[in-house]
Amino acid sequence: MAEKAKIESGDSEGVVRVFRALIVIVLGCLLGYFVYTTTQNDESKYPFKFGLDLAGGSQLVYIADVSSVKKEEVSELMSVLRAVIERRVNSFGVSEPHVQIETSSFVTESTEQRLIVELPGVTDIDEAIRQIGKTPQLEFKLVDEEALAAQQSIDTFAASNTNAAIGNVKVNGEAIEPYVDTGLTGRFLERAELVFGQGSQGGLSNEPIVSITFNEEGGELFESITRDNIGSSLAIFLDGEVVSAPRINEVIGGGKAVISGNFTPEEARELVRNLNFGALPVPITLDTTQTIGSSLGEEALRAGVRAGVIGFALLAIFMIAWYRLPGVISVLALIMYIIMMLALFKFIPVVLTAAGIAGLILSIGLAVDANILIAERMKEELIAGKSTQEAIKEGFDRAWLAIRDSNIAHIIAGVILFWFGTSLIKGFALVFSLGVVISMISAITISRTLLIVLPIKMQSRIGRFLMSSGISK
Amino acid sequence: MSLKKFHYYFFILPAIAAILSLVALSLWGLRPGIDLKGGSLLEVAYPDGRPTPEAVQVAVNELSFGEVRIQPAGENELVLRQRSLSQDEKTALDATLASFGRTEEVQFNSVGPSIGQELVQKAWWAIAMITLSIILFIAFAFRHVSKPVSSWKYGLVAIVTLMHDILIPTGYFAYLGYARGAEVGVLFIVALLTILGISINDTIVVFDRIRENLGLNEKKGKHEEYVDVVWKSIKQTMARSINTSFTVIIMLVALYVFGPESTKDFALTLTIGMIAGTYSSIFLASPLLIAIETHGRKKSAKSAA
Repeated sequence: MAEKAKIESGDSEGVVRVFRALIVIVLGCLLGYFVYTTTQNDESKYPFKFGLDLAGGSQLVYIADVSSVKKEEVSELMSVLRAVIERRVNSFGVSEPHVQIETSSFVTESTEQRLIVELPGVTDIDEAIRQIGKTPQLEFKLVDEEALAAQQSIDTFAASNTNAAIGNVKVNGEAIEPYVDTGLTGRFLERAELVFGQGSQGGLSNEPIVSITFNEEGGELFESITRDNIGSSLAIFLDGEVVSAPRINEVIGGGKAVISGNFTPEEARELVRNLNFGALPVPITLDTTQTIGSSLGEEALRAGVRAGVIGFALLAIFMIAWYRLPGVISVLALIMYIIMMLALFKFIPVVLTAAGIAGLILSIGLAVDANILIAERMKEELIAGKSTQEAIKEGFDRAWLAIRDSNIAHIIAGVILFWFGTSLIKGFALVFSLGVVISMISAITISRTLLIVLPIKMQSRIGRFLMSSGISK
Repeated sequence: MSLKKFHYYFFILPAIAAILSLVALSLWGLRPGIDLKGGSLLEVAYPDGRPTPEAVQVAVNELSFGEVRIQPAGENELVLRQRSLSQDEKTALDATLASFGRTEEVQFNSVGPSIGQELVQKAWWAIAMITLSIILFIAFAFRHVSKPVSSWKYGLVAIVTLMHDILIPTGYFAYLGYARGAEVGVLFIVALLTILGISINDTIVVFDRIRENLGLNEKKGKHEEYVDVVWKSIKQTMARSINTSFTVIIMLVALYVFGPESTKDFALTLTIGMIAGTYSSIFLASPLLIAIETHGRKKSAKSAA
């Protein structure tokens, strides 16, 4: 009778515990159901996002030459460049292209500005590279007539005498560039349009002319350039080639200029389109390409999932065989851990790569860690003669310090890995760090809530068997 | 039987493994993959049957791309490794390969040299940063433990074991590079950095127990030799140290055996690092602590005399 009374007095607390455990299980099931249905349904708002190495596609890395740009303007120009390339890429119908800027980190001697273009599903990159590379670079340069004349005479001389050195004119050993930068480039362009000349400038009538309008800043620059250099010529460069070099007859306000260069109407139309899509503010060169066929990606994804499932099954067998009841609980906590991770991948969303999947698989192994620490600690408390409930409580409290310390070390590593990584590696670092945090939550809340409701009595033989571990009885 | 009498013997295995790794590294070095040194890799499938690598080699040599290494892969695939290629060169290569039959491009990577160089530089920084963070963190976490070994020495010992843990897989990959041309890429560096982060775990668990036992003794006013405290702590934590590493190794082996090709070497590096790490946390870190303590006592005894 006395024993019964004792149980009843602890009842209200017990009910709360059972209730909590039920909530945890129900929430876990709901989240699991959510992950399952949103994965089955292709139209879902929360699909898994796969990186190029799993979904197939291409990644192009361009290096931007910013050597002629002022330091403080670099980041602005890079975002202009990004916007321009993004428009270009969008124009040839890739679903969800991704264009981002990357600056080489402080560890390198010279900073390098890179542009990363990701084209999911595109494996024939020739066309993409052609389209991106084709965007013209527009520059306006003043012509130094003397230097130009000298250069031309050398060129003519060189042409008639193949033995002569061909080069720039040198005065006192220094090369003179016949074209002087004005700072006016395609980045100041607002829009370009095709007009047909009326022959008023003595040219052929109906000659196609590209009329360009500068933005405000460009317009002012253009006005001051023309004011200061009346009488000289202003050469218009397209991708490093002179298209035309009209003479400046008067100050030109209003920010408008025309390019006439004996275009055919088709050429002029294409130029207008390219200019409108954006002249590149800085020149870029293709540095790295990576193309992964979709079959390779699919196979990698399948293999990753297979490795995860087999690994988890082996892990569960080991945990249950060795830790028995606490083992079963920790497998439950692990399943919840995996469900929470998958749900987070969908919510955040995390772009999954092969390295990211490896990170998840590794993190499952690590997530058990906290459970093992707790189970081992609990066992010690039981051996020391504590009651089951007390042992569970003490086990958690004592294991907490070690769990916290080792997880802090993991997070340090995760953060540094994130800094280290290229975009594919960042996936690993993100999954790894997320895993650390979530596993801590799942071990100390979920396992605890579940373990504490179990009506185990160490006095009974079964109870002792269930709560001990390894080869002991 | 008491383990403490033998503690110097435990240094033998890690010392031999570390020396072997250093020898392998100095003899063969590591072979950097294209993501680190630049270059290109083309994998093509011949669904209707693959030509011999030798025949392809002859045809490809005419393109004069310098050294091109051709290896068969999978059932009907060829992997070609060469310097990085421009778009025109790639087109020419595709045409040459297609002359042997219908081809399907499985993957193509071409990497310029600058990005890889940056990654190598960053890797050194990352290793230094993780090492420094961990030494600081351990010194902080164990700040109340100053007797008989001061807390920063725990950090120092942890670093020695960590260096051991990443030296072993590095040495093994130097050997693999020699034996089967294995290359190390970005993922290898990531694996090393990860080992730094997770193999410290077991070491922390032992140190944590030493901290707790020292605290308990102080509370009870019980005097116990440091050596005994350390070995008691090792015995108390051995099962879970081995088990926590074992669960990680189960997952890594599954990843190695069943996982995608691209992360196999990653899994292998981590597995070796974890095994080295488990051994070193039990049999290298703690004996080192004892050695430091004994050394410190002898020194203070000398200065007292």
